[in-house]
Amino acid sequence: MKEREGVRGEGPLTPSRQSRTVGRLPRLALLLLCLLPAALMVYDALTGRLAAEPIKDLTHRTGTWGITAITATLAITPLRRLTGWNRLQSYRRMLGLFGFFYIALHFLVYLVLDQFFDWHTIVKDITKRPYITVGFTGLLLMVPLVVTSTRGWVKRLGRRWVALHALVYVTALAGIVHFTWSQKADLYTPTMYGFVLAVLLAARLVPKRRPLVGRGQPG
Amino acid sequence: MLIRRPPDIPSSEITPERAFLDRRAFIAAAGSAVATLAVPRAVSALVRRGAEASATRQRGDTPTPYADVTTYNNYYEFGTGKDDPAREARDFRPRPWTVEIAGEVARPARYDLDDLLRPHTVQERVYRLRCVEGWSMVVPWRGIPLRDVIGRVQPTPRARFVEFTTLHDPQRMPGQRSGVIAWPYVEGLRMDEAMHPLALLATGLYGRDLPNQNGAPLRLVVPWKYGFKGIKAIVRIRFVREQPETTWALMAPSEYGFYANVNPDVDHPRWSQARERRIGEFLRRPTLPFNGYGEEVAQLYGGMDLRRSF
Repeated sequence: MKEREGVRGEGPLTPSRQSRTVGRLPRLALLLLCLLPAALMVYDALTGRLAAEPIKDLTHRTGTWGITAITATLAITPLRRLTGWNRLQSYRRMLGLFGFFYIALHFLVYLVLDQFFDWHTIVKDITKRPYITVGFTGLLLMVPLVVTSTRGWVKRLGRRWVALHALVYVTALAGIVHFTWSQKADLYTPTMYGFVLAVLLAARLVPKRRPLVGRGQPG
Repeated sequence: MLIRRPPDIPSSEITPERAFLDRRAFIAAAGSAVATLAVPRAVSALVRRGAEASATRQRGDTPTPYADVTTYNNYYEFGTGKDDPAREARDFRPRPWTVEIAGEVARPARYDLDDLLRPHTVQERVYRLRCVEGWSMVVPWRGIPLRDVIGRVQPTPRARFVEFTTLHDPQRMPGQRSGVIAWPYVEGLRMDEAMHPLALLATGLYGRDLPNQNGAPLRLVVPWKYGFKGIKAIVRIRFVREQPETTWALMAPSEYGFYANVNPDVDHPRWSQARERRIGEFLRRPTLPFNGYGEEVAQLYGGMDLRRSF
């Protein structure tokens, strides 16, 4: 890993309080950006600005932001490789956690507002309706990823952490399938998400760039 | 112009048997909840039962606010979002308008809409509207019973179905520039359904002309069927011998049938139709067979298996 420049550099220059704050600004900005959709939903709900079917409106918005954050999470590594901007990596966890945050909200809206704890219907939905089965599976698969997202777990699991977190691809795919199957006729938006996901997955198939030295290329 | 309300007792005035049963179930639930101390489940069951019972009791069919009726529309000719039609149909001009009467009919002809409507008495009808998606509204329509118009154009005895077609004009209907469904939109009714007094050709709502986003200048309203049967911006009414190939039934035959009668016992493959969310209400209310118009229309379907002919 490349050493981050300036902020927490080693050596005689201890980073000043000010520069540390500056270093945290992008993170804070991203945090606020990720919270913005939720804040807007609360604002719209309190001021009566939701659609005529407010619960469906909240369901769609939480779902859309969830799949957006998950897609953004998956975009980090390809973007970092493309740009060489290694700082990007440090935002991946926050994006992933927000993906879970919005999908969990999506489920809570369904559970509390939409079905109002009507367990009979909920169990029937999850077991009988394929798009809900798939969506619910995607949500469940995120739980172990959230639990093991801390530094401690990353260290403890080592290589296995990477293997475990490959599950995020399954979650993303489940999300796209859930989105597509939930549509009546207009598949434009889920298709766009599917396309972006396909591009991001394809980007991972491109071999990593390694330094030329030691590759044993013919002279 | 005579505006008349049909002298029927709204079903809302009558407490259905289910409400009584619900109340008993509610007391039973309360009893057993205390007995088992299943506190969280009991609380939710109590709240739900209580709210449902009260929702059923005061099952007022209050008209849905004008703002919701005119901004929450499924009208793909003007976009697939619910709020698209209100915006995209703003500049649509519903006049002059020609309606073609075609097929098995004594005098096939093209009518100027105003000529077609002039001889008839406009009525006001407050109907429940149940969308196949699981939401519902109450709309005060204005219009002419379909049977009045059919009676005047005299279909031949060979006519067994009526087929309706929406305007196909991508210049004026921007949604038609995409291929999201096959254009033009086609809907249909069996002849006896079309002759039923509840079937309405609507020309207005809330006492004014039909807003563009609600299907101006002429749309069908069949209150005991799912909303998608209510074809908008009608330009052709054709009397035919065979069951018409209707848009949604062609598009997804396992999800949308030709009859599309509101039926709480036949689920859509992707969701239950047992309950519906009335726009403006929080908890879902039970969906009634034939959208609560069973007394009037159930006899049309005697001997039919409504699970097959959904």
